[in-house]
Amino acid sequence: MKKVDLVIIGSGAAGMAAAVEAKRNGIDDILILEKDERLGGILNQCIHNGFGLTEFKEELTGPEYLQRFVEQVKELKIPYKLNAQVIDLSKDKVVTYSSKEDGLVKLQAKAVIMATGCYERNAGAIMLPGDRCSGIITAGTAQRYLNIHGLMVGKRVVILGSGDIGLIMARRLTLEGAKVLCVSEIQPYSAGLNRNIQQCLIDFNIPLYLSRTVSKVIGKDRLEKVVLSAVDENLQVIPGTAMEFECDTLILSVGLIPYISLLNYIDCPTSSAKGAVVNQYMETMINGIFTCGNCLHVHDVVDFVSDEARLAGRSAALYIKDKINRNANRINVKPGNGLSYVLPQFILEDSLEDIVIKFRVRKPVQDQIVWIRSGETIIMKQIKPVMIPSEMVMIKIPKEKLAGIKEDIIVSLEDR
Amino acid sequence: MKKHIHDVLIIGAGVVGTMIARELSKYQLDVVILDKNNDAGDGTSSANSAIIHSGYDPEPGSLKAKFNVLGNAKYPKLVEELDVPFIQCGSLTIALEDEQIPVLKELMERSKLNGVEVSLLNKEEVLKMEPNINPEVKGALFAPTAGIIDPFNLVVHAMENAIDNGVKFLRSQEVLDIKKEDDIYKLKTNKEEFYTRIVVNAAGLKSDKIARMIEDIDWAITPRKGEYYLLDHYAYGLVNHTIFPLPSKKGKGVLVSQTTSGNYIVGPSSEPAEADDVSTDTFTLNNIKKAAMLMVPSIPFNQTIRVFAGERATCTRHDFIVEYAKSDNHFINVAGIESPGFVSSPAIAEYVVETLIRPLITLRSNPKYNPCVKKYHRMFYLSEEEKLQTLKENPNYGEIICNCEHISLGEIEDALSRSCPPVSIKGVKRRTRAGYGKCQGGFCQPKVLMLLAKHYGVSPTQIPLAEDGSYIIDHEIKEGK
Repeated sequence: MKKVDLVIIGSGAAGMAAAVEAKRNGIDDILILEKDERLGGILNQCIHNGFGLTEFKEELTGPEYLQRFVEQVKELKIPYKLNAQVIDLSKDKVVTYSSKEDGLVKLQAKAVIMATGCYERNAGAIMLPGDRCSGIITAGTAQRYLNIHGLMVGKRVVILGSGDIGLIMARRLTLEGAKVLCVSEIQPYSAGLNRNIQQCLIDFNIPLYLSRTVSKVIGKDRLEKVVLSAVDENLQVIPGTAMEFECDTLILSVGLIPYISLLNYIDCPTSSAKGAVVNQYMETMINGIFTCGNCLHVHDVVDFVSDEARLAGRSAALYIKDKINRNANRINVKPGNGLSYVLPQFILEDSLEDIVIKFRVRKPVQDQIVWIRSGETIIMKQIKPVMIPSEMVMIKIPKEKLAGIKEDIIVSLEDR
Repeated sequence: MKKHIHDVLIIGAGVVGTMIARELSKYQLDVVILDKNNDAGDGTSSANSAIIHSGYDPEPGSLKAKFNVLGNAKYPKLVEELDVPFIQCGSLTIALEDEQIPVLKELMERSKLNGVEVSLLNKEEVLKMEPNINPEVKGALFAPTAGIIDPFNLVVHAMENAIDNGVKFLRSQEVLDIKKEDDIYKLKTNKEEFYTRIVVNAAGLKSDKIARMIEDIDWAITPRKGEYYLLDHYAYGLVNHTIFPLPSKKGKGVLVSQTTSGNYIVGPSSEPAEADDVSTDTFTLNNIKKAAMLMVPSIPFNQTIRVFAGERATCTRHDFIVEYAKSDNHFINVAGIESPGFVSSPAIAEYVVETLIRPLITLRSNPKYNPCVKKYHRMFYLSEEEKLQTLKENPNYGEIICNCEHISLGEIEDALSRSCPPVSIKGVKRRTRAGYGKCQGGFCQPKVLMLLAKHYGVSPTQIPLAEDGSYIIDHEIKEGK
């Protein structure tokens, strides 16, 4: 079996940044495996701008952003394989991939970084009520048809879910000549970034209905009609509130889920963020298997993906050089009041770096104190005027502040 | 123009129609099979529990009981010949209350009358076989001959095999009118006219409508809709057998079963519905969930990847109809084939051909008849060695199109090259499982669509999701490509 120090699965924003960082930290024997025919992952189809404000201090499109990383990968001569789908990953880090060129190949890796991104929740996952006609499509798939293949999925469109891809597609389809009738969001607040609400909906006079969802789709062969109904605080449809929209397309932007089948198959523990449980090195509960980016938790900004991936790349390099003390005490990090998830989920004592705690709030909140506590000890206290679920919160804890901490760390919110 | 007269024309390419077509292809006959849809097995055959029932449940003496038991025995050989995934996993019909134990005993008596091997299990035995069953279980009826099958490939492969043996299959042909002139039937469809000596009506939900085209009938189809959940394949070992509650008047009730692809299926409901209504609704699905969790409390419904509905061709006669029309023995009705239809279909087909058609026409053996389809290379089911051999013969089996189910280009190209090829995204999905996983085609649908468009030499706007008219792409943008 061929041996490789570091195998990186996926060459999107996470995979490439992790590879570059691992290389810069002294790992030469790297292989990136990409299932698609080009590097860059989903960024290839994100032709809108708004990328790179943190990473490059300028506003780039998705393809421009990924190109900066492709250049680094090429400059550093990091090997990669395209059209190579990983079909199995074992606990002892044997990676099996399949490609037309190489057939079925097994590689023994010292460390693996999972950077496989996410997939879209679809009509099945949300149990969309009504007929099984065509014209119901997830936002990312519609985006791929349009931006990669030059194919439009419809003329009169309703969008369910106000996630960022849905908002971006509302604008994109409008610019391409479609009539976007409305965006419907089941929650009482938008799931997308405020800048996208402004630039993609308000600027184009597209109405956003909050606390409304699709109660029925109607169509024999192709979609003919969508019924939107109001929902109560338990998200249940309120009878008698139906609004009907004649349309040929329903775009679903109802959430992204980390795409980690490979980890599920080996029973790698997962968190409420739906990715793997990780420590501060972005290492999963399986030694030497690291993960980062949208397959760990879904990010709102790609720049943060790249940053998180560098940590995974750096850590994998440390792991390969046996510089992580794996026998160190383990301290759990748990989401407390008001949080939907927190990351990392555990910390190995004697951290080599400062630790960035990342979390999301359950619902929009104002004037909060974020407490980071371990038993009676207050590790950090920060005041946040506004937090919304669509924006990830990051708080850096200097490693000195963790010295002597033994008990579980709880991150929680309190009204000021 | 001289009119072409077929020997037998079959209306409906569901599991019943295709099995009859295959049975007829053993003989030197001119057989044509029509379907109103654009693929074989697109109606009731595509959305059901996919259970090969043992036969303990139907009323003794009924056609259901007879064909079920005969059909079940045919399956091990049939699935070999047609290369269809099939697992004889056995079924457990469970009693959750002490008062239900006598009912199990009644079912056991019924099994004996039907000639089905079963055994009665006590609580401990049930929990040993199925640790995830409700610990309140009181006992169960174990039927070892029950099995699960890939329903899509059973129908498609039966069709493929029949075509390979000389049957003609025509899609998107809806029969609008039937007349008999000089001992020859003339059928008008939405597209053309057909002439035939014998008609087999296997039109499923529309079989009463077809039967009424030649005479008054004393039965009708009253469709009953069944909704289902399909779960992903991570909940290993949730159940190892098909789990049934005690049957009721409405049917066999909500079952929990693994599928041949390692997914789990939960359902069906049973409510009257209009023909062709395969919509789902939250209320019914919630009821299914409650009923299923009574039997298996730990079903991970958060692993749901799809909900769907199918319709049973329930008949007012409450039994299968497999008989000559009252006014003419050259018109054969095969109707009301609801559960246990799948398992019964090969036995029904044999009866239709050997008992009903043989007296009407000379049956000479087809010397070219081959009962087997060309072997399929499904990478998912192959051993490491077989995989490497397949890749050596055709490297396209290494190019993965469907990320979730790891379906290769080679498998899709193979399906397209066969005698009953897919014409839609759904057709590809049913044959190969591409798009069957948790992303539901989110990643692979564009790839499959482009492959279909290229294969048929048409614009991507011409490729349907399922039926004709269910287009996915509205138009190509000028700047594209």
